[in-house]
Order: sequence, then structure tokens, then C-alpha cells
Amino acid sequence: MPKGKNILTTDIVKHVATLAKLDLSAGELKSFQDQLSSILHLVEQVSKVETTNVEPTSQVTGMENVMREDEAGVSLPQDEVLRNAPRKHKGYFVVDAIFED
Amino acid sequence: MPDFEPVIGLEIHVELKTGSKMFCGCSADYFGHDPNTHCCPVCLGLPGALPVPNRKAVEWCVMLGMALGCTIPEFSKFDRKNYFYPDLPKGYQISQYDQPFCVNGKLKIKEQGTNNKEQREKIIRIRRVHMEEDTGKLLHATVEGKKVSLIDFNRSGVPLVEIVTEPDIRTSEEARIFLKKLHHVVRYLGISDADMEKGSMRLEPNISVKLKTDGNLPPYKVEVKNINSFNFAKKAIDFEINRHIELLSDGIVPKQETRGWEEKKGVTYSQRSKEEAQDYRYFPEPDIPPVRWTKSQISNLKSQICELPDQKIARFMGDYSLSEYDAVVLTDEKETAEYFENVMKQVTKNKGQITAKTIANWIINRKADISKVSSEELIKQISQKSQKATMSDDELGQIVKKVLGANPKAVADYKAGRKNALMFLVGQVMKETKGKVNIEKAGLLLRDLI
Ligand SMILES: [Zn+2]
Repeated sequence: MPKGKNILTTDIVKHVATLAKLDLSAGELKSFQDQLSSILHLVEQVSKVETTNVEPTSQVTGMENVMREDEAGVSLPQDEVLRNAPRKHKGYFVVDAIFED
Repeated sequence: MPDFEPVIGLEIHVELKTGSKMFCGCSADYFGHDPNTHCCPVCLGLPGALPVPNRKAVEWCVMLGMALGCTIPEFSKFDRKNYFYPDLPKGYQISQYDQPFCVNGKLKIKEQGTNNKEQREKIIRIRRVHMEEDTGKLLHATVEGKKVSLIDFNRSGVPLVEIVTEPDIRTSEEARIFLKKLHHVVRYLGISDADMEKGSMRLEPNISVKLKTDGNLPPYKVEVKNINSFNFAKKAIDFEINRHIELLSDGIVPKQETRGWEEKKGVTYSQRSKEEAQDYRYFPEPDIPPVRWTKSQISNLKSQICELPDQKIARFMGDYSLSEYDAVVLTDEKETAEYFENVMKQVTKNKGQITAKTIANWIINRKADISKVSSEELIKQISQKSQKATMSDDELGQIVKKVLGANPKAVADYKAGRKNALMFLVGQVMKETKGKVNIEKAGLLLRDLI
């Protein structure tokens, strides 16, 4: 993969935007392409570290097997649950219709 | 026409009936409750909330895997599956990606041949059994003239186990038998209602079709989502198989996509909303430390698994000399099997004469309502009935003589070689004895005395 500029193609940036449900203008597309590419470039430097004998990990605390007993407690009251909802109806959150067909 | 062969795999979601949700202390018993009354910051995906796995849910997932013959890897972890949908408040589902709790299992199914006696056995391999959380529920409605979707997060975060098979299934009937058997195992373990109508067991077949001579898997597959009955699954699979064969016969490879099942019309339909390439960007869940099992934890969980349907059927056939049919019917519901064994225990303890076959018949033919009749009471009823059914030979002899004396014409007819006459006389004896004698015994005695 080439270093520096254009690690990400416009298509990849468009795809990431779609996954994030974002509509990007042509200008935004260009600016995110540059920004995301330089972030990737920065992170790429980590791959220079020698890791042959290092176990991969996704955790830093060293903890394992943290679980809770199966005990049901009290939930929030309905009006608390809905307190910050921009739209609500009869105890439900409301969003624009999701068309399924 | 070339010889086509379907290739079918199954994904099954089972909701566990734990008391609390998967990662928070909200009650998991959400069915039929007011919307958004079983929620907290964790299952609403509010910032800063910390999910902590439910030990019982994790153990049940592992036990289901064990019951399906899976290997339980020593190390396992949770991952985030990222996608946007209004029923998923965090923007990701906590699931398992590359290190699930259970891998490489198998389930044996038996298919009845066309001739009722021949049975075909087949192994369906289980790729994995993993733990995840359910999503909220969407309702579609019109509010103030506008079409909207309503969201209820009571179901959000309820423990969900996903079972994935290898594409070993070749017919819709094999799929149906597999699903019924899996349902049976889940019910035996007592880890889920597995109630299809309530949606606590949901089926997703994936289907493709290839030339029988082609050793490779097809280059596409079609997934049919969220089917809630074994028969609908069978119908949806058959519909897809036929659709694919038609396309392939015209030289068209069916499109890889997700479809829904429309029961009223008996068709599947393309689900446009999910068509865009799925890119879940899985990554390890940083909020939940991984799980590492000790050998003793694994063997302890293994010891908690009850006797499963196949083992019970084999034992009933061996211990009680029951036919396979009787054993299968008796073990269909765990409670019925337990009832039968309770009755057997008492009969054996009291050195009773009632056979296992008789007890099985009473239960299978519902001669008594076992939800109301205690096992002691059932034994009493069976004994009384069998006493009535026996009559001393002397008594029977007298009745036979009486019948012969009253029907000289039939006796003469029989002597003249008319076999039907004997049946008439047997009928008369049965009538006189009110059916309390064995029909063959009456026939033999009649012939002896004529
Ligand atoms: Zn909660």
C-alpha cells in the first residue's frame, strides 16, 4: 500500500459514509478522504513495531470472566425512558417509517 | 433437464428464558408488557453504560452447544457487530464473531422413507453456537396521518443464542426434521420457551441450488429471514428451490440477497432495505473482558445437562422393551416421560403385574388425563379395568354353552363348513360377556365345544 496520500479511494470513503448514514457533499468527500487517509497513515506506523512473539489482545485490564448473577432488578419508569426522545407516541419512540417492502 | 441439487443451511435464533437480560438487570420477561417499561441505560444504549454478561445465559449457551455435540473452546470473547437500524439503540449489537462459545457440533436426524419401515439417518453438522443480544421491536403505524415506525426497547438486550449449521441439508423435509429436533433439545434443556408464535425461536434458512454433478458449493445463497413455523420454513425452502431451478435453467445465477416470507401468498419477496452490501465491521467488545473456562467448569456444566430425547428414547426401548414408536411418543414431552417413569417405579416397587406396554398404551391413547390423574390413581384404574377384563374359565364355559344351545342353526351352519357362522357365535359370546373376554379365547372355546 502506498504511503501518505490516497490510501483511501473516494469509493471507500463513500462506502464508509453510507454505513454511517451520512450524506457527504463533494467538498466533504475530498476533505474526509484526506483526513481519514492521514489518520490511517499515522496508525500504519504502529505496524513497524516488532510483534512476532506478542499475543494479540483486545483488552488491557487483564481481567477475565467478569459476569453477573441472573437477577432481575428495577428498570426505569416509562416516562424516564422516553424523557429525551424527540418524538414519542403512547409509550413508544417514534421514527420515520422504516419501509420493509 | 439437468439434475439439480439444493444446498441448504440454517440459522436459528433462540431467546433464553433467563430472569434478567443479557447485559443488564432489566427483566427479560417482556412479552405482553407496556412498551419501554423494561429498560435501563444499558439496554437503551445510553452513553457511559457498562454491559456485564449474565452468567446463566452464558452457561445455558454452552450447555446447548454441548447438547449439540460441540467443542467448547477454552477461550472466548464478545464482539461488536456494527449497523444502523432503529431497533438497535447502540448502533451495534454485542455478539460473537471469530471466537464463539461453541464450535463443530452435529445433530443426527432420522427421516422416514416412503415405505414406513425404512428410516434414513443423516448427520447435520453444526458450525457454531454463539451468544448475542436481541434487538428492540418495531411496529409500523400511522400517527397523525403520517406513516411512522414505533419502537419498544423491552426486548432490547434479551439473551439470544444463534445456532448455525453447515450447508448439509438437501431437502425442505430434512430442514423441517432438523428444526423440530433442535426445538425438542432446547425444550428438554429448559433454557427457552422456544415458542415460535411469540418469536422466541426464529428460523432463517439459506438456500442455493447447484448441478448435482458439481462438487463445489454454489457461488451465491439466498437467506429467508425470520420465519416462525417449521412448516413455513419448509414451504419457503421449496418456493426458493423452484425459483432457483427456473432461473438456473435459463442460465441465470440467482441474486445473492435477503428475502422475506409472505405466508398469505405462499411466496418469498426481495427485502430491498437490506440489500446494500452488509459490512458489519466486527471488532472485539472492549467493555467486556473475555471468558476463559477451566476444565472443571466445563465438566460441571456438562454434568448439568439432562438426559436428551435420543438417549431417553434408546433407554425406554432398552429398559422397558417398548417399541420405537411408543418410546418416541412418550418422550415427546419431558413431563410425559417423567410421568411414565413414575408409574413404572411404583409398579416395580409394589411388584405389580402391569406391563410397561400397558402403561404406555394408557398414556399414549389418553385413556386417562395425566395432568389430573396421579400415578397411583392411574395404576388403580388400570388394575380395575384389567380385572373386569378377566373372567374365570368356568364362567366363560357356561356362557359358551348357553350361546351354543340358543343358536342351533348357526352351529349346524358351522358344521356344514360355513366359517362365518363361527364369527356370529363369537359375537354372541362377546355380547353375553359384555366384552370381558379375549376374542380369540372365545373363538377357540367355541370350536372345542361344537
Ligand atoms: Zn436494561
